[in-house]
Amino acid sequence: MLIAAIRKELLIQWRTRGQLMAVFVFGAAALLLFSFAIGPNSEALRMFSAGFLWLGLLLSSTLTLSESFRAEMENRALEGLLLLPAHPIALYYAKAIANWLQLTILGVALVPVMIVLYDAGTLELLKLLLVIFLGAAGLSAPGTLYAAMTAQLEAKQTLLPLLLFPLIVPALLASVKATSFVILGDAMGESGKWIILLLAFDLIYWSLCGLLYGRVVEE
Amino acid sequence: MDIPKVSTSKTPYVILALGVLCLLIGSYIGLAVAPAERFMGDVQRIMYVHVPTAWNWMLAVLFSLWCAIAFLFRGDMKWDTRLEAGVEVGTLLAFLLCCQGAIWAKPTWGVWWDWDPRLTTTAVLLFAFLGILALRKFVEDPVKRAIWSSVATIIAAIDLPIVYMSVKWWNSLHQQQSTPSTVSSQFHLPLRLNAFGVLFLMTAFIMIRSRIAAYRLRQELAEPPVRIGEEAGELA
Repeated sequence: MLIAAIRKELLIQWRTRGQLMAVFVFGAAALLLFSFAIGPNSEALRMFSAGFLWLGLLLSSTLTLSESFRAEMENRALEGLLLLPAHPIALYYAKAIANWLQLTILGVALVPVMIVLYDAGTLELLKLLLVIFLGAAGLSAPGTLYAAMTAQLEAKQTLLPLLLFPLIVPALLASVKATSFVILGDAMGESGKWIILLLAFDLIYWSLCGLLYGRVVEE
Repeated sequence: MDIPKVSTSKTPYVILALGVLCLLIGSYIGLAVAPAERFMGDVQRIMYVHVPTAWNWMLAVLFSLWCAIAFLFRGDMKWDTRLEAGVEVGTLLAFLLCCQGAIWAKPTWGVWWDWDPRLTTTAVLLFAFLGILALRKFVEDPVKRAIWSSVATIIAAIDLPIVYMSVKWWNSLHQQQSTPSTVSSQFHLPLRLNAFGVLFLMTAFIMIRSRIAAYRLRQELAEPPVRIGEEAGELA
């Protein structure tokens, strides 16, 4: 059941892959704009590069998340899905996993842009990938739940970030810290505790949001 | 869907009057009778409203969380009216807390704002609760509104300890929490009086606000009004 639901989500994402490209361009444009906030000071840009990367990803994520429920709202597809003998929890996890994957791809794709613009290269690529993977998980679990709510409303463009941004603070903070330790060097070995915090955030929200999703979509 | 009953008792107004009385006496003692603190001087007197606000803010958040959980389990709309009141009063207290903190921080730390765990956590919750209030405004179906705001309240409340932890690791400057045991005994009386004052005020506000929410809900859930002709027929 979960596999079938995931396959459906991935198929939808593959068929709308142009949208992922557009969101990537949006994220890259955001990274370009952030550098104007600092000015042409390459040392400062390098220092804040991790923060810019995650803010760019966060802003882009509101687009991907709300887009992921647009197809479900057309022709009342979500109601049809709920009538199938599938548990809403499976539908939630399929959607959340698909969003997770998409945000991870987006995050990885933004890394070269960050390296070029801010001169923020690193050789610890596996660790960077791990942080992006965990950070994207933190964004997608509550993001998918809130997108399911706001997709049914008129003011979705405003409400999704309004609900998601305050909630995401710990995940954002942990991702930024861990990423900046990867980029700027981690002499004291501090990145580990941020990764653990991120992992704890992910575990809490991946379980809690799955439990609550059934109540959110019920009629 | 059962329509919540609206109580018409005068109790909230009595509690409200009691709260105002406590606050007046407590603030008078705090401002005029209690001695000024040795290091911070008169600035410290803001503690008499700041600390009670902080304690009651935490109570308001816990109350909202309790209402949200009770609604999801019981499905009784009276919990939704209480949730609405709790979230709104919690938002107000969080806002007051940030303002009082900023007024205190400027002369003491030299800055309006600092990225201290408690400050940041309060600000995060303020925005989370504002988001929940905005969500409530946009959902027209009362049952959906109740479920969604309960879900959002639970998610926001569970986030608080994580925000606190993460910001604590990130940066810290705030002084230890004040309790009657950490401050000199001359400061006890006004602090306690004001704590009860804010508690009574908050309780009364929540009671009155949930009454208003219940009235609105009754109107939303009520049957459409009958035409005048039919009503006259029934009476005859």
